[in-house]
Formats: sequence, C-alpha cells, structure tokens
Amino acid sequence: MRATNNRTNNARFTAAYFKREEDLLAATHSAREAGFVIHDVYTPYAVHGLDEAMGLQRTRMGWVAFAAGAFGLMCGLILQIWTSAYDWPLNVGGKPFNSFPLFIPVTFELTVLFSGLIAIGVLFMRNRLWLFNRRRVFERATDDRFVLVLRQPDASFDAERAAALFAGHHALSVIEGDQFV
Amino acid sequence: MATAVEELQHLKVADHPVVSPLREPLILGHKGSADVTEDIGRLLEQSPGRGWWLLFAGAATLLTAGLIAITYTITTGIGTWGLNKTVGWAFDITNFVFWIGIGHAGTFISAILFLFNQKWRTSINRSAEAMTLFAVMCAGLFPFIHMGRPWLFYWVFPYPNTRGSLWVNFRSPLLWDFFAISTYFTISLVFWYLGLVPDLATMRDRARSKFRRALYRLLSLGWNGSHRTWSRYETVYTVMAALATPLVLSVHSIVSFDFATSLLPGWHSTIFPPYFVAGAIFSGFAMVMTLMILVRWAMRLESYITIQHLDNMCKVTLLTGSIVGVAYLTEWFIGYYSGNPFERSIIITRALGPYAWAFWTMVTCNMLVPQLFWFKRARTSIPIIFTLSILVNVGMWFERFVIIVTSLHRDYLPSSWAMYTPTLTEITILLGSFGLFFTAFLLFLRLFPLISINEVKGVLGYARHK
Repeated sequence: MRATNNRTNNARFTAAYFKREEDLLAATHSAREAGFVIHDVYTPYAVHGLDEAMGLQRTRMGWVAFAAGAFGLMCGLILQIWTSAYDWPLNVGGKPFNSFPLFIPVTFELTVLFSGLIAIGVLFMRNRLWLFNRRRVFERATDDRFVLVLRQPDASFDAERAAALFAGHHALSVIEGDQFV
Repeated sequence: MATAVEELQHLKVADHPVVSPLREPLILGHKGSADVTEDIGRLLEQSPGRGWWLLFAGAATLLTAGLIAITYTITTGIGTWGLNKTVGWAFDITNFVFWIGIGHAGTFISAILFLFNQKWRTSINRSAEAMTLFAVMCAGLFPFIHMGRPWLFYWVFPYPNTRGSLWVNFRSPLLWDFFAISTYFTISLVFWYLGLVPDLATMRDRARSKFRRALYRLLSLGWNGSHRTWSRYETVYTVMAALATPLVLSVHSIVSFDFATSLLPGWHSTIFPPYFVAGAIFSGFAMVMTLMILVRWAMRLESYITIQHLDNMCKVTLLTGSIVGVAYLTEWFIGYYSGNPFERSIIITRALGPYAWAFWTMVTCNMLVPQLFWFKRARTSIPIIFTLSILVNVGMWFERFVIIVTSLHRDYLPSSWAMYTPTLTEITILLGSFGLFFTAFLLFLRLFPLISINEVKGVLGYARHK
C-alpha cells in the first residue's frame, strides 16, 4: 500500500482521535484486520511499529539515496579526470595527469553531497512538502493527539462497526468529513 | 542522579508510568507530549529576558568590532596582520581549524549517536547542530579573508573560464578543503532543516501572532504528521545520518591533510587525520557543554537537559581527550624514535623554545584537565564541568596555534627562522568570530525550537513502565 492511494481527495473519511500511542497502534492493527481502508495516520512524532500496523511496504527512499550517491561519484570522477588529464593536462610536481588516488577526497565529498541533496529533494516531492503548502492538519495532531483516518470508499462502509472498533481502543472522539486536503 | 529516580517513584500516581529501577528517564518531571510542546514552544513566544538582551548586545558588539577589523584588512591588505614570509598561516588558519573542530561535535551528536541509537541525544541534538552551522560559518570566514582578494573567491570553483579553461588543481589538499567544507556546511544545513520541519509544523499550529504563523507555515512545508510521510522521513533521516558520519570524519581528515601532505617537520605525519578528528570532537563537545549549561540555566530547561546528559558528554570528552593525549605521546615518541634530527628538533623547540608557554598550556588543558572527568563528582558538578569545558577549548585553540606557528617559525633553513606576534587586527577578528557565533546562536534560540520537540516526545516513555 504505497502512498499512491492517499492522493484521492474527494472521498468521505472517518477520523478517530487517540490519546495514547499503544491504543493507536492496536486500533490501526484491528482496523486493517477488519478490512477497513486506512487512509493515513497522523502523529506528533514517528511512532515505531505503525509501518507494520498499516501494512506499508518498505520505502524505496534508500535506493534513491544510493542511486544519487552513485551519480555524484561518477560526476566527481569524470569532472576531475577530464579536467586534469584531458582538457588541460598540467604537470604538477611530476605527478601523473590522471592522479587517481588524489581524486578520491573530492569524489567522496561529491558523492555525499549529491546523495544527501537529492534524497531530501525527492523526499519533499514524494510527500508533497513544499513552500506555500496548505494541507489539512487534524487538531492537535502535531501536539499530543494520534489520529487514525479511515476512508469510506463507498456506501458499504460500516460506520457502526468502525465506531465500535474505535471505542474498543479508547478513542477520545470520532469525526467524519468530506475532504482530505 | 538518585534524586531523579526517588522523585519519580515518590510521585507514583495511577495515571503516570512507573520508573524503571535500572535506568533513569531521559526527561524528568512527568512530562507528557503536550507539556513538551508547551515548554519548548513558550520559550520562543515569550519576549526575551534581560539576560538574552545583554548577551546579544555583547555578541553584536564583538561582531561589529570584527567586521571593522575585516574591512580594514580587506581595504588595506594582509600586511595589517603579523604574518611574515615564513609564518604565513599563523592566527588565521589557527582560528579556521579551531572553528571547524567545534562544528564536529554537532554532527557527532546528530548523526553518529543517532546511528548508535543513543536516545539521550534528543535533548541536545538540535542546538548542537545549530552550533555546527554557526561554527562552520566562522571557520569559512578565515580562509576567505586570508585570500587577500576575497572578491576572487569564485576561482576555487572548477568552472569553465576564459583563461583556457584553466582548471583548479584537484591534487591540492587546499582544494579538497573547499569541497569538504562546503559539502559539510550544505549537508549539515539540510540535515538540520529536515529535523526542524515537524517542529516548525508544531510551532505553526500553536502560533498566535500573524507573523509567526506565516513564518512557520512557510518553513514547515505543509507538514501534517502523516505517517506515510513519517515513514519515508525516518528512512531519509537515517540515510542522512549515515552520510554525515563518514563526512564528518572526512572533513577534519582533509583539514589535517593541509599539514600532513607537506614536508615540514611537525606537520609531515601520518597520525594527523585520526588525531585531528579526535581533537575536533573533543573541543566540540566541550563547546556543546559550555553552551548547554548556559542554555539550561537561562531557559530553565533542567528537566530536559539533565545532569545525566552532561555526564554522558563528559565521558565522550574524557575518551576523546585521552585519544588526543595518546596522539601527543605518539607524536613525541616518533619524533625521537625516527632518528630524524629535524623531527627531534621541532619537538624540543615546541617544549622548550620561545613558544613553550603555548605548548604547556596545550598539554595542561588537553592532556591533564579532561582526566578529572574520571571522577563522578567532576562529571556531575555544573561549575566544574563549565570551567573544564572552557579550559578544554582554550587548550584546543592552543593546539592548533602550536602546530601551525612552531612548525613554521623553525623550518629547515635557519635563515628563514622568524617569530610571530599577532596584531590587534588579528585578535579583533578572532573576537569578531566569537561575536558572529554567539549572535547567530542567540538568534537561533529565539526563532527555532532549541530542543527537538518531536524527538523528545518519542523518548518520553524511555525507562518508564507503561
């Protein structure tokens, strides 16, 4: 369940507020087992164990960083070898034009630079985080409340069963709404 | 320490978790998530006290004096400094290495301790990273003004130019330095910002004034705490930590190459990279302790930055200080054992020559002073930690001074032997760099949450039975 399915903005949703992390985890787990579609969970800090509870796949961000690093490494090497050995070879202290071992420090720095900047850039784009962005923020979700949001894909959504599930996990309150944005 | 546990066990209220008998909680005083938001958020929202204004006035005065001295240097020339034909690096590069070293502790705390899952870092990592950024800014200033014609700064970039293109020399450690430090600054900046985004969203959602809401809304990029976002965020945060770890080791290694790849006695040494890295973390931790003691006192953050945090930092200082001590002993022994008369001579000149006072200041502050941290009483007494942390930084500044000046003032040719004395301009620029550092740090304390709100919330349950 990669994040592609949180782009639909026009379905109805049901959101339950929790006070404790444990209740949220248990409720998320039960909701998924009961067959509800979990839109997302909003928490004030990174809650460990939610990935499994929501059934999220491992993110591919690590691969993005690796690829970006490999790209930086190639750029660093090509830049140095081409400028020092091909475009304008200069004799510096009798060293070979292609002084490969001496190119390692700059290559390393460029690897790190590319990897870090591109990984963060992709992270921001992938999560749609950018300047002048206005998205719905659930009340106190950035303070001390945990919010589990279920999607109501069609009329078959069983609101009563959902309410019972939330109550069983000490939900503080349950709200319904129309738009996610 | 025992009092913390007693205090919490005493307050065994049904609603509150019970303290573990084995570990002490990282955050004292039964804080819940809302308390953390309130405690840290309030610091930014209330108007600054008289203490802040006094410190800010002092720092801004130093910064202004420094800017005047820099203007004088640039308009008149490097001749305004005490540099001469042989001692060409002197004060300026001493300050450069000193400030770069200070920065290293911030990255150590934010990245290396993160990878080692040291949860106590959460109370100090934000301000330590800010310290890194400001220290690197101060460091970058020195090579920049040392160029003499800083407006030609862009020549260090490998850009296509009308002189050929004549490219930069990628075999030079000075160029590696440029790449290392600019990468270090950039990566530290984005890493710091990445950690800030969730906290800026918290600040946005509790902001009352229009200005604050607009500022934090802009900077928090629409963060709403979605777990799909958190999941990727945590992965990228770990990747950044894994990148910053070798990066920080590479930066000071490369700085040490500036010396180690030369042939000068006292510089030409393979021990330099690890020795410089250990020294950097050593001095950086001392600076973090100085700052944290001031901050916890001025901002009343005793329940967030506890004695336990300081105790842990003292242990890191003790370890890295001892590594530095062993490096000194190795350097002296190899100087003697190499049988190279020039190496022997420089070791003797350092200890007994005209700069012996600087050498012995360095030995006292870096080898002997941190050994006091073997004693728990020293590690848990605020006045002692504060004094020792400042002494360590005095010692580490003198270490760079000894390395640079003593080696340069006695090289192979007796005809080029010289003495070096800093001028008032140079001293003012050094003070100005402290002004820049503290001005920036004080502004940071007013604008951004100085403790990572979201990470602290995540460790509130540490050592507490649910």
